Amino acid sequence: MTTTQMPTAASHKRVDVPKKPARRRREGAAWVFLSPWVLGACVLTLLPMAVSLYLSFTDYDLFNSPNWVGLRNYTQMFTEDPRYWRSVVATLTYVVIAVPLQLGLALVVALALKNMRRGRAFYRSAFYAPSLLGASMSIALVWRAIFNDGGTVDNLFGTGGWVNKPGWALIAVALLTVWQFGAPMVIFLAGLQQIPGELYEAAEVDGASRRRQFLSITVPMLSPVIFFNLVLQTIQAFQVFTPAFAVSAGKGGPADSTLFYTLYLYDRGFVASHMGYASAMAWVLLIVIGAVTAVLFRTSRSWVFYASEGDR
Amino acid sequence: MTITTSTPAAGKPLAWRRVALHAACLAALLVMLYPLAWLLATSLKPASEVIASLDLLPSKLEWSNYETALEGVNDVSVTRLLTNSLLIAGGAVIGNVLSCSLAAYAFARLRFRFRGPLFAFMIATIMLPHHAVLIPQYIIFNQLGMVNTYWPLILPKFLATEAFFVFLVVQFMRGLPRELEEAARIDGCGPFRSFFSVILPLTRPALITTAIFTFIWTWNDFFTQLIYLFSPEKFTLTLALRSFVDASSTSAFGPMFAMSVIALLPIVLFFLAFQRFLVEGMANSGIKG
Repeated sequence: MTTTQMPTAASHKRVDVPKKPARRRREGAAWVFLSPWVLGACVLTLLPMAVSLYLSFTDYDLFNSPNWVGLRNYTQMFTEDPRYWRSVVATLTYVVIAVPLQLGLALVVALALKNMRRGRAFYRSAFYAPSLLGASMSIALVWRAIFNDGGTVDNLFGTGGWVNKPGWALIAVALLTVWQFGAPMVIFLAGLQQIPGELYEAAEVDGASRRRQFLSITVPMLSPVIFFNLVLQTIQAFQVFTPAFAVSAGKGGPADSTLFYTLYLYDRGFVASHMGYASAMAWVLLIVIGAVTAVLFRTSRSWVFYASEGDR
Repeated sequence: MTITTSTPAAGKPLAWRRVALHAACLAALLVMLYPLAWLLATSLKPASEVIASLDLLPSKLEWSNYETALEGVNDVSVTRLLTNSLLIAGGAVIGNVLSCSLAAYAFARLRFRFRGPLFAFMIATIMLPHHAVLIPQYIIFNQLGMVNTYWPLILPKFLATEAFFVFLVVQFMRGLPRELEEAARIDGCGPFRSFFSVILPLTRPALITTAIFTFIWTWNDFFTQLIYLFSPEKFTLTLALRSFVDASSTSAFGPMFAMSVIALLPIVLFFLAFQRFLVEGMANSGIKG
């Protein structure tokens, strides 16, 4: 390694250190640092996206070469496959139930912990713990047992096992998501603590009620964080797999009520070996998630408040 | 930085309110911890009590559940399953820490062409659903003869495919004072020296956060393992637990949940040991963006 690198301000005084090669060498260094990421982005992200788009127009079973079928996978999906639509309905229902409940609970708990002086760190950690455990197969199995016939919920409410009832099984899975409210709660709490206390003091002096303070200070100041959590949790909810797999023993039942999109995609691609069909499903999922994110971003202009906007 | 807590106007009902708040929090905590208590209790219950008895606590501790669990599934012992899980999680941790810190340093500190668009692309891949690349990745690994090996689970981590962690480390590096590197550069350090000797040691908190999250997420991962591994001797704890999913008889409940406890133990220990890093890491992911 040579040590002739100079701060650029001084370099043009020296004739023997041309500016360009030095910069090029530094640019070269950057690409060395980036090389694993670039390789991954090309080979494991961009190329697969293109390939799965191509496969979505083919009939492919992994062993014989892909057979071009045009739009047939898509037309079959949208017009001839009732299970596909049941999986769409199950996923959307789940997203619409689980995400607002989870974020609502996260916000309420964060607000409760915000001004707590003693025990805040303890509650924060304790409420956060399920977020780390909840994605595991172990907890998914516990969930299935608790919500099964003769399980805790059955014994408490006498409703019978939820996992065997269409409609109720989905609620059981959604509750597992709600149980993991700790991650967004921690993010909410961090956001709340960044709101300058002077704002509340000023409002207090002006005689604003707590409700007023919440609506006029907390909500707008927190809106970027609410938005961040909403986008992140929605995207994640679309891709939930393990709990639905465990609760329905991998079948998406009862009556396809927990046949989440990812579960059906797995079933088509890896159980039935319809890789082309599964690729088409994956691209529709990609487009839907992209569209939902775009809509969220678009509406965010009217309700998300960025404090730094005034400075621009 | 001073933290100003707003003082509620009324002083008197404050103590009462605080007690009520704590009571509510504790009650919520109790409900939340119930599934974990249930898991631990059931793992120690005799088979006859699992369904028949409504008590949470077992009448006597049935340690034989754990003995059965240790024998494993499909003639593969729990020690083997545990080793397999550790191998995959360990490989993923090394891969993510290495590749994500390298990429993050370039994005945070170095100048190169297309930096802006590439950074935007990197952020966009955080939101990319895994399923969009799943099948072609499977085809690639299948062609390379890597299906039913651990490579498809570890190799992508060495290529910084988990952009979330690149972003996390970038955010952390941006907060480090630039003067340190400038001083290093004046002393004759090139970008490589200043990365390894100056930046990397200072980035340790972010790297620990990356390592712990990677470990836990890989440990919990089910979908990728389900797709890529099919020989029982290559199974992980998660996959072994899966074979209980189809079992409907409650006689297997005790051993099944004993094994579930074993599978959760590393995460619980990690959580207890590193909770500050985990909670702070999660908190920072949201606000510095």
